[in-house]
Amino acid sequence: MTLELVLFIVLAAVAIAGALSLILARHPIRSALSLIVVMVALAGLYLLQGADFIAAVQVIVYAGAIMVLFVFVIMLLNAGEEERTSWSRMARYAGLPLAIYLTVQFAWWVADGASALALPAAPAESEPTRRLAQLLFREFVLPFELTAILILVAILGTVVLGRRES
Amino acid sequence: MVSPSYYLTLSAILFGLGVIGFLFKRNIITLFMSIELMLNAVNLAFVTFSRQWGELSGQVYVFFVIIVAAAEAAVGLAIILLLARNRQTLNVERINLLKL
Repeated sequence: MTLELVLFIVLAAVAIAGALSLILARHPIRSALSLIVVMVALAGLYLLQGADFIAAVQVIVYAGAIMVLFVFVIMLLNAGEEERTSWSRMARYAGLPLAIYLTVQFAWWVADGASALALPAAPAESEPTRRLAQLLFREFVLPFELTAILILVAILGTVVLGRRES
Repeated sequence: MVSPSYYLTLSAILFGLGVIGFLFKRNIITLFMSIELMLNAVNLAFVTFSRQWGELSGQVYVFFVIIVAAAEAAVGLAIILLLARNRQTLNVERINLLKL
């Protein structure tokens, strides 16, 4: 077993445990903290695959900025424990087994189909972040500028929504 | 080198868990976090394919997905704040104005 495989198994186990705890936790703040664990584990997986820049962005923007926003809103609304509502019989006896079956079947299909893809990987880029910057500001410069407009519209939307009607 | 199929399987499992969370949780903030989990699972698949084919544009897509997720989180959380202010609940079963 190589070091990479060991690291992969550890990080994957952490990610799946975090995702399960997100679903099973009744308190939203616990769900938010579990999601941060998943995101940091995924950042580790990105590092393992040589995507340094994306790993850094994942930790700074996703686990940092976005999740802070979530935690902030949960604290602001003082969101308590999730109310227990009784599921309909349909949801309990058909929905849940079907959802679990869907997940397992989906993972099985991917694992089955992707093993045909076991080609040797293309040689790794020597300076991936430099190449990424070139791609982002040359080939993808138009989508990049469009995201600036998207962010602007999102800021405007947030301000309009958050304004109290007088 | 770890086979890409392992990464893709992990991505599929995380996506499925996100779907389950979205369908079965009752708190609207947790629903939103399940969506973020699904986005993360897709990002993992993007990075895996990016390495497999030696094509860095996959990582550029991840970058864009993160930007869109940030915009989505800002607007979505503003809507949740308004909902909580107007209806005094975060339970999606009580937010049923459109229900017949």
